[in-house]
Amino acid sequence: MVGMTATAAERPGHPEGPARPCRILRVAGPLVEVEYVGGTAMYDLVSLGQAGLPGEVVAIGGDVVTVQSYEYTGGLAPGDTARPMGAPLSAALGPALLGGVFDGLLRPLSGGGEWLRPGSVRPATPERTWSFVPEVSEGGRIGEGGVVGEIRDGGPVRSRVLVPPGVGGVVERVAAAGAYRQDEVVAVVGGAEVRIGASWPVRRPRPVRERGGEREALGTGQRVIDLLFPVARGSTVAVPGGFGTGKTMLLQQIAKWCDADVIVYIGCGERGNEMADVIAELAALEDPRTGGRLADRTVTIANTSNMPMMAREASVYTGATVAEYFRDMGLDVVVIADSTSRWAEALREFASRTGALPAEEGYPAGLASAIAAFYERAGAVVTLGGERGSVTMIGAVSPPGGDLTEPVTAHTERFVRSVWSLDRDLAYARHYPALSWSGSFSRDAAVLAERRAAAGDAAWADRRARLAAVLAEADRLADLVDLVGVTALPDPERVGVLAGRLVREGVLRQSALSANDAYCGPGKAAALADAVLATVDRCRELVASGVPAATVEAVDFGPVLRAREEVGPHDTEGVGARRQAMLDRLGEPR
Amino acid sequence: MTAWSEVEYTAVRELRGPLAVVAGVSGVGWDEFVRITLDSGERRYGVVLEVDRDTAVVQVLEDTSGMDPARLRVSFAGEPLRVPVGTGWLGRTCNGRGEPVDGGPPVFGEASAPVGGTPINPVRREPPADPVLTGVGVIDALTTLVRGQKLPVFSVAGLPHLELALQIAAQSTVGGAAFSVVFAGMGLTHADASFVRDALEERAAAAELVLLLNTADDPVIERILTPRIALTVAEHLAFARGHHVLVVMTDMTAYAEALREVSAARGEVPARRAYPGYLYSDLASLYERCGRIRGRSGSVTVLPVLTMPAGDITHPVPDLTGYITEGQIVLSRQPHALGVYPPVDALSSLSRLMRKGAGPGRTRPDHLDVAAQTLAALSRARQVRELSDLVGQGALSPTDRRYLDFDQAFWRRFVAQPRDEARPLDRTLDAVWQVLLTLPRSELALLPTALLDGHGARETPAGGEREGAEE
Repeated sequence: MVGMTATAAERPGHPEGPARPCRILRVAGPLVEVEYVGGTAMYDLVSLGQAGLPGEVVAIGGDVVTVQSYEYTGGLAPGDTARPMGAPLSAALGPALLGGVFDGLLRPLSGGGEWLRPGSVRPATPERTWSFVPEVSEGGRIGEGGVVGEIRDGGPVRSRVLVPPGVGGVVERVAAAGAYRQDEVVAVVGGAEVRIGASWPVRRPRPVRERGGEREALGTGQRVIDLLFPVARGSTVAVPGGFGTGKTMLLQQIAKWCDADVIVYIGCGERGNEMADVIAELAALEDPRTGGRLADRTVTIANTSNMPMMAREASVYTGATVAEYFRDMGLDVVVIADSTSRWAEALREFASRTGALPAEEGYPAGLASAIAAFYERAGAVVTLGGERGSVTMIGAVSPPGGDLTEPVTAHTERFVRSVWSLDRDLAYARHYPALSWSGSFSRDAAVLAERRAAAGDAAWADRRARLAAVLAEADRLADLVDLVGVTALPDPERVGVLAGRLVREGVLRQSALSANDAYCGPGKAAALADAVLATVDRCRELVASGVPAATVEAVDFGPVLRAREEVGPHDTEGVGARRQAMLDRLGEPR
Repeated sequence: MTAWSEVEYTAVRELRGPLAVVAGVSGVGWDEFVRITLDSGERRYGVVLEVDRDTAVVQVLEDTSGMDPARLRVSFAGEPLRVPVGTGWLGRTCNGRGEPVDGGPPVFGEASAPVGGTPINPVRREPPADPVLTGVGVIDALTTLVRGQKLPVFSVAGLPHLELALQIAAQSTVGGAAFSVVFAGMGLTHADASFVRDALEERAAAAELVLLLNTADDPVIERILTPRIALTVAEHLAFARGHHVLVVMTDMTAYAEALREVSAARGEVPARRAYPGYLYSDLASLYERCGRIRGRSGSVTVLPVLTMPAGDITHPVPDLTGYITEGQIVLSRQPHALGVYPPVDALSSLSRLMRKGAGPGRTRPDHLDVAAQTLAALSRARQVRELSDLVGQGALSPTDRRYLDFDQAFWRRFVAQPRDEARPLDRTLDAVWQVLLTLPRSELALLPTALLDGHGARETPAGGEREGAEE
């Protein structure tokens, strides 16, 4: 059935295990009511009708159990049989996740046909075996989260077999090094079996020993983020943007180039063609750090907008669970959810069918707490096994009509540490990534600046402040220019306008299509920013020494403006040479 | 083709708007197709919206007017609505429920398929990569339509969006491969409906067209069915028959209003502007049926046309459409007022898949560079125009004045096109070049040097310094 690998013994649900079959009473789209027969707990799975459609208990009232179905319920009738499964929705975790494409319930889509008919996608235990090498010996002691062994042929990601949470003690038995399937037992610890793969109820965060600790920057390879609005590992980011602002493009760039160990990409209620494109590109691109395919470090959860709506609701939890699973191996994981607004819409849709009292714009009153709980699954942690790991969450928000005061955007902004706000005017001007420097913020910036200063890079915070100052001045002047034209400004202000243009075009703008520019290493980003700032300084000096602003404006700034596309992603020297060429062209002040 | 159950129910308990509540049913499933027989023998059809114990709520497609609850017989199909599919649809004209209105026999098909459709497995999708050439210059050059794409036309009342949709439907080609058009009209006036028939006559005669017309006086709820039938027929032609199919759906705003009407009758909690909260998912269930499937030769391309109420692009219908579709073609009042047809606002329009469907090996090697340069120049021209409105043309620099000439030439010599002209791509791109060359060479920085040399770009264009100024 559906990822129903959890047995009654492993879960906190109902103690008696699967209940006897019962009858369906009411069907209205994804809402199904069945009679209560005992042995059913909240959030348990229910198998509906002959086809065994998966559903989840969301309310139990009197003698009626309300179930949300994860598949199309056409043809389901009152009187049909429902079967409570006695276990909550659980994700089948294991090394096979890497490089795979799954639906919202973590069932492999590659096993499905061309058309996703109800019941056509089945959970499958991969046939392939994994090369397991034990790291404990029989008779030794091991605690929860401890490393039982390593998977050697799991691709570029260092995959491990861990003692499940809540289990620990003497290693009673451990398998010899060899090839095992994901569902095979490779050890017995404290009376409990440990398999290559694991299972975990998706709505329950996996436990950790401790939260917090040192905060490291997550490099995204996108200059506007790394220089101005950096994100720490284990942090949370919301990316609000109306349609056409390049939200998906930016998130795909981060999925490709950020320096995490594992990426969980959740396509939640988005376009089918776009998903096909992501899957094809990840398979074709090489991971610059490991030499493997980018797909091999990525778990893709694809729930396009025309796939069953309630699976969208589950997909964000499934994705968070997958991320936590890899985090517990001591890895840095990034979850990208595109788009959390579609998830919230699924919540609203179901709430309206259950007749729940609506709060803002028809969303259920629990929307804010649901969003908060989702983002709380992010964090830099010390795992049960004592290692450092992190889950960073980046969620796209699609505000209807670009209205940033609507409930999903407004609540999300309260719970995240950073906001990368995408701006329609920038996108219309073909300035990508269209990240608005005035509408975005990063609460990690101060901490990360301290970290860098402590590591010997005191210039980082200064550079960020200077870029921000140039942009702020240029924005202020832009309003004036719109009114009176640039020629009416005094010369120093004209250089301020020019400086804004140089920073925007030479540093912030980044072409996702250019081989040199799609990814930008930290060294090149800093060098580019320094080159442009040095150019700006020289222009100011020239004007201060009496050179007319019009003369300075007429200079061809090609060397610094084209540097981002002309030199490779790590070519700091190439940028330095162009900086010198630019300064030479401008000449020394008189 | 639908096997109706022998059992007929007569206990209709309630009639309200488009809804009928039938009591005492058993074994009736959600989303089943329903047939209601009136006393007069007239038959109407519906869909089960909800079934609660022995009560079924049915949405009547033809509305409930004239229905007496005591004199109805209701039977259920035991399955969702299916329509016949096959090449038998080509050349036919039907109403919004798929019944012929061309005097011919009912449409028979080699098979049948449920109108609700089934999602395409995202891992089996093939990313779109080849163009549909519409013969409309501004669209082919700057917002190329790609096979398997969904690209809406955003318009406002009073603009010639129907004309443009018909021109695209009538003259689109895919370079010799099998091509068909499915045209779904929703809420059309009778005048528009006959205009549609006339405009697409040739395509229908060539058996390349399926026409589904729901007129403004047809039952509103029927409109919920019309695009679904169109897409079901299109999917079969594309994926079983290997055709490249263009589905034109107009007007999606009329469709969304029908959806809102049903939602209101059901007493659902309204979201933005009283549209139901599931409007996004419902629209997606239509638009997402476009695409290509790996290993199959056909494609479904969707071109929805919608009018933005009061020209408001943040209205839920265009807004949610924009979130689902891969770009948009925006029509604007300004060029229309100047008498330019098609009045496409090139700067607000965008085809997100153009990069994949145009350029070397697909259209012409210079296509993407030319398009990028044209849009950049248009953007600059717009700024110059705004500035000149403020400070007067006399205060503009010579280069800025050239941008005003460029703007004139762009609209007059490139965008403007007769409604019956299918412009070949080569002529389209050559026309763009002529317009670009009104700018000095130094302003064409996005074009490679070799291309500029090949087209004889000069610092002072030959076409005369102030051409177009007297217009």
